[in-house]
Amino acid sequence: MLHVADLGCARGGVAVLSGVSFDLAAGQALVLRGPNGIGKTTLLRTLAGLQPAITGEVEMPEEAAAYASHADGIKTALTVTENLAFWAEVYGLPLDTGVLDRFDLAQFRNRQGGTLSAGQKRRLGLARLAVIGRKILFLDEPTVSLDTGSVAMFARWLQDDHLAQGGIAVIATHIDLGLDAPVLDLTPFKSAPGTGGGTDEAFL
Amino acid sequence: MSMWEYANPRLFMSWTRSVLPWTFGLAGVCLVVGLVWGFFFTPDDFRQGSTVKIIYLHVPSALMAINAWIMMLVASLIWVVRRHHVSALAARAAAPVGVVMTLIALWTGAVWGQPMWGTWWAWDPRLTSFLILFLFYLGYIALWEAIEDPDTAADLTAILCIVGSIFAILSRYAVFFWNQGLHQGASLSLDAEKNVADVFYYPLLVCIAGFVLLFVALVLMRTRTEIRARRIKALQARGQHA
Amino acid sequence: MIALLKRDLRLALRAGGGFGLGLAFFLIVVVLVPFGVGPEREVLRPIAPGILWVGALLAALLSLDRIFALDFEDGSLALLATSPLPLEAAGLVKASAHWITTGLPLTLAAPFFGFLLLMQPEAYGYLLVSLLIGTPALSMIGTFGAALTVGLRRGGLLLSLLVLPLYVPTLIFGAEAVRRGAAGLDASGALILQAGITAGCFAILPFATAAVLRINLR
Repeated sequence: MLHVADLGCARGGVAVLSGVSFDLAAGQALVLRGPNGIGKTTLLRTLAGLQPAITGEVEMPEEAAAYASHADGIKTALTVTENLAFWAEVYGLPLDTGVLDRFDLAQFRNRQGGTLSAGQKRRLGLARLAVIGRKILFLDEPTVSLDTGSVAMFARWLQDDHLAQGGIAVIATHIDLGLDAPVLDLTPFKSAPGTGGGTDEAFL
Repeated sequence: MSMWEYANPRLFMSWTRSVLPWTFGLAGVCLVVGLVWGFFFTPDDFRQGSTVKIIYLHVPSALMAINAWIMMLVASLIWVVRRHHVSALAARAAAPVGVVMTLIALWTGAVWGQPMWGTWWAWDPRLTSFLILFLFYLGYIALWEAIEDPDTAADLTAILCIVGSIFAILSRYAVFFWNQGLHQGASLSLDAEKNVADVFYYPLLVCIAGFVLLFVALVLMRTRTEIRARRIKALQARGQHA
Repeated sequence: MIALLKRDLRLALRAGGGFGLGLAFFLIVVVLVPFGVGPEREVLRPIAPGILWVGALLAALLSLDRIFALDFEDGSLALLATSPLPLEAAGLVKASAHWITTGLPLTLAAPFFGFLLLMQPEAYGYLLVSLLIGTPALSMIGTFGAALTVGLRRGGLLLSLLVLPLYVPTLIFGAEAVRRGAAGLDASGALILQAGITAGCFAILPFATAAVLRINLR
């Protein structure tokens, strides 16, 4: 369902990754690893379509992908329920309030986003993924500021409610989520200095 | 070889190196000939006296102030459509030259307006249009300066230039709607009857040619500088990455 | 689209200052002018239309940098860009929300401020109509400007520099319509031209806004 072939991406006009290829079928996940600055975020943003790829191709069904970044996009002046209801409406879906229980947010449902702790905000940000009903998720460090219990809770949701329902996830993370998923180390894909395709190449 | 190949930075640097001195030389010759001819070898106007001679600075600079913006618009469109780096950098290089031309036109206009209309400044449509054009130039340059990533800056300024051009034309018509002015009709037009007399006309043409060549030379020189600066930036980026 | 509009209006209401700040600024401008030029009716009356239009324009300008900045900082803009809602529609909604929170209250309050500036009684209708037609263009142009400068840390002043020249035609036609109305002349020409500019802004600028946002999110 997600086909990535010979993908190259750039950050700040310089190629950072090249020749990234993988295939994921429905129900599969992929964990991205690699040292800081290798280009995990760049790769995820390229897959999500926020920035253009310099080489290669990405094939996936239309209107199937969703992206979650470091920032959660939570409005501090809206309540937890309002935050989720907004995203559900943007994606044209009714809000399933069961999601609140799934992410242990039920007791905060009428609290404003600004009063939540960092970990609670993160849970709300992840609950958004359950609300919008997208099959292919690109997740950038989803477990930042979560405690071990919450990490396990998120991993359970990912395994039981997303992947088991035929979803796909590409996850950049440093901790073990306990998923039955292959790990892709990006270190070998690091662009050699002088790799073509950077936007300022014409000046060299 | 298609004409677009000349827009490759490396090729651009090599052909401009030989063309640039000639352009500067020719611009200098045209300006000296045109200005000396215009200032010392034309009669005084029967109404305006010798003040009319400021036309040799005023009209060419006003023309180039507008043409510089049009050149930036064309270069921006080329960047948006074909993504030639030299084109984006040439638009950036032209903007300060255009600002100076606008200022010269405004300044010489004030100097001319004082004896003719008895005032340095009037909210005449043409004067006002040039003041607005000046603001457009300032905004364009400020946006270039404010953005760090060169390609993002090129994209955003190109879109600003395109949208700004539409609003500049709108402003011009709005300003005419707002106030009919003091300014005389166009000094030059294809409609020959209204043109200035031949004795003033030929030196004026030489001066305009001089200003055009000076503009081309300055833009080429500044574009070369921009290309070098960009090359340094690209090399530094590689250095940090490796 | 409705979801985003509702959210933005709700945020403007809750965060405070959404509706009130622009109006208060407008009031300050109107109060300060007589201190500057003197309280005489003969002085204030002819300049009232211009002051009201310039004041409305500056009040609209004041809240422009909030249009995208918060969404950009907390990451919602990137999430919106990857959502099914086209960014063109998002730009249109943002401009509409800005107009409802600033342009509309300013328009409704303007006749009262005209009263303070001793405006010609005949001009009230023209003032209301020209602001009603013109302020949406101010919001749309401002949204484009806000999208241009969204990634910049010190974008506020730059935003004013970019947007003010673009405001010139709207201001000229708007103030001209009120002036002509006050003088008992035919103002329909200015109003029609202003309506044309507003329509043109809404036809073109959402696309320019979306293009600029995509570049800034890259």
